[in-house]
Amino acid sequence: MVFALSMLLLSLQIVYGFIMGFAHMGYDNLHSFIPFNTARAVHTNLLVVWLLSGFMGAAYYIIPEEAENELVSVKWAYIQLISLALVGITAIIGYHFNYWEGRKFLEIPRPLDWLVVANVLLFLGLILATLFKGKKRTTTALVLTMGLFFAALLYLPGMIWFDNQTMDSFFRWWVVHLWVEGVWELIMGGILAFLLIKLTGVDREVIEKWLYVIVGLTFISGILGTGHHYYFIGAPKYWLIIGGIFSAMEPLAFLAMALFAVAMYRKGEKRHPNKMALNWTLGTAIVSFAGAGLLGLAHTFPAVNLYTHGTLVTAMHAHLAFWGAYGMIVLALISYTMPNMTGRKFYDSATGNYAFWLSNIGMIGMTTAFAAAGVAQVYMERIMGLEFGEVQKEIQIHFLVLVLCATLFATGITLYIYEFVRYGRPTDEALIK
Amino acid sequence: MLSKNQARIFFLGGTAVSFAIFLGLSWHSLSSEVPKQTNSQNITPQVINGKKLWEANNCMGCHTILGEGAYYAPELTKVINRRGDEFVKAVLMSKTPWQPRGRKMVAYGFSESEAADLVEFFRWIGETDLNGFPAPPKYKSTINLEN
Repeated sequence: MVFALSMLLLSLQIVYGFIMGFAHMGYDNLHSFIPFNTARAVHTNLLVVWLLSGFMGAAYYIIPEEAENELVSVKWAYIQLISLALVGITAIIGYHFNYWEGRKFLEIPRPLDWLVVANVLLFLGLILATLFKGKKRTTTALVLTMGLFFAALLYLPGMIWFDNQTMDSFFRWWVVHLWVEGVWELIMGGILAFLLIKLTGVDREVIEKWLYVIVGLTFISGILGTGHHYYFIGAPKYWLIIGGIFSAMEPLAFLAMALFAVAMYRKGEKRHPNKMALNWTLGTAIVSFAGAGLLGLAHTFPAVNLYTHGTLVTAMHAHLAFWGAYGMIVLALISYTMPNMTGRKFYDSATGNYAFWLSNIGMIGMTTAFAAAGVAQVYMERIMGLEFGEVQKEIQIHFLVLVLCATLFATGITLYIYEFVRYGRPTDEALIK
Repeated sequence: MLSKNQARIFFLGGTAVSFAIFLGLSWHSLSSEVPKQTNSQNITPQVINGKKLWEANNCMGCHTILGEGAYYAPELTKVINRRGDEFVKAVLMSKTPWQPRGRKMVAYGFSESEAADLVEFFRWIGETDLNGFPAPPKYKSTINLEN
C-alpha cells in the first residue's frame, strides 16, 4: 500500500514534468491554471514525497525482517501513511492556489511543515520501537535507521525564518544537500546492502563491512561538499576551496557503491531467482554513479560552476542523479519485495524487462537533451552575453528531444506500474496458505 | 585486510571530524563573513517585506536568484542593475501576463508599495558580494548591461 501511494505520486510527477517540458518548447497553454512555478513545485515535491514514501515502505519491510520482530503497530503505520498522503495532497492542491513558501524544494507552507514533523516522528517511533525490541540489531538496519533519523532531524533547519536571503539559502542547503548527498545515501546504502545480501547470498559480514566504508566516504566527502552550494550566494571565498575539493570526492562514494554491487554480484554463489530485482539493484548502483557522481563532478569545480550555476546544466545532473540513486533503488526494492509479499513467483517477464530498459534509455536521453540545452545556454548567455529570452528561443528544439525521450521514459514507468497493479495483490494460493 | 570494526571506526570517525569542521566553518561564515558580504545593515523593513513577497509567490519557481531557483525565467540578482527600477516595477504591477517572446509570467498586479518593496529587495541583493557571480560575459552584450 505504501508502494502504491509511491507509484501514484511518481505518475503524477511525470505528468507535471511533461507540462514543463511543453512550456519550455513554447506551448504553455495551461498557463492560466497551472503556471510554470506551480508545475515546478508540484514536480519536485512529488518526487520528494514518492521517494520518502518509498523509503518508509522500505523501512517497514526491512526493519522487521532484520530485527526479527514484527512491526510494533500495523494500525499506527497505516495512520502514519494515510496522514502523510493527506498532508502531501493538501500541499499539492495548495500550490495551485498560491499557497506555498517559495523556497526551492521546501515549498510546503509552514503550518503543514509541522504536520510533516509530527508524521515523521510517528514513523520514527514505530521503526525505533521495532528495532530496539527486536532480537537483532544488524548493521544494515542501523545504517538505514540512522539515515531516516538524520533525514528527519535535518528537516528542521529549513523551518527557521531569516531576513537575509543568503542565510536562508545557507540553511536551506543543510536540508537539501545534506539529504540528497548525505543521509539519503545512507538510506540508499542500507537498502542496497539488504538487497545484495538477499539476492547474491554473499556473507552479511562482508557486505556490511563495505557498507561502512561506503557511508564513511559519503559523509567525509558529502558534509564538507555542501560548500559547493556556497560558492556564489554571499558566503566567504574559502567555500570555493573546501567545496571544490570535497565535492570532487563525492563521486567516490557512488563509485564504491557501483564497484561493490558488481563485485558482490560476481562473488555471489547463490543466485536468487528474482532477475528483475537484480537488474534494478545493479542498475541503481551504476546509474547513480553516472548521474550523481560523474555529472555532478562535471560542474562542481568553482571555475566551471561560475558559468553553469543557475542554468539547465543543473537540471541535467539532477534528473539522472535522482533517477539513478533514489528512483531506481525504490523500484528495486519494490521488485524484490512484491513477489515475497504476494506469494507469487513473479521474477522475470518481458514487460518487466521492457520497463527497465525503456525507462533507463528514456532517462539517459532526457539527460542528454538537458545537457545539450544547458551547455548551449551557458555558451550563448553566460559567455557570449546574449539576452536570456533570445537564448531560450534558440534552445527550444532540445526540449522537443526532451519530451520525446520523456515519452520513452514514461512508457517504461507505465509498464512497471501496470505489472505492479496486475501482480500486486496476493495470489489465491498464498491466501489459502 | 580491513576488518568490519575498522570500517566502522572509519565511518564514525570520518563523520565526526567532517561534521565538526563543517560546523566550525559555518559558524565563522554566518557570524562574521556573511553579514559583511551581504551588507546586512542595509536590510530594511522594505527589503524584508520584499523577501516575503518573493517567497509567498514562489518567484523561485521560474526565476533564479543568487543562481538558485528554476530555469524558466531570467536570473534576477542583478536585475535592477540591468533593467532599472521602473522597468521592474512595470512588470510587477502589470495586470496582464508579461510575455517577452511569448513566454508568459503570471500577472501578479502588485500594488505600488509592494512593487517598491520587491525593488528594494532586488537592490539589496544586487549589492551582495557573490565572489564574482555572475561572471561578466567575454563578448559584447546585446542588452544594456552597465559594464
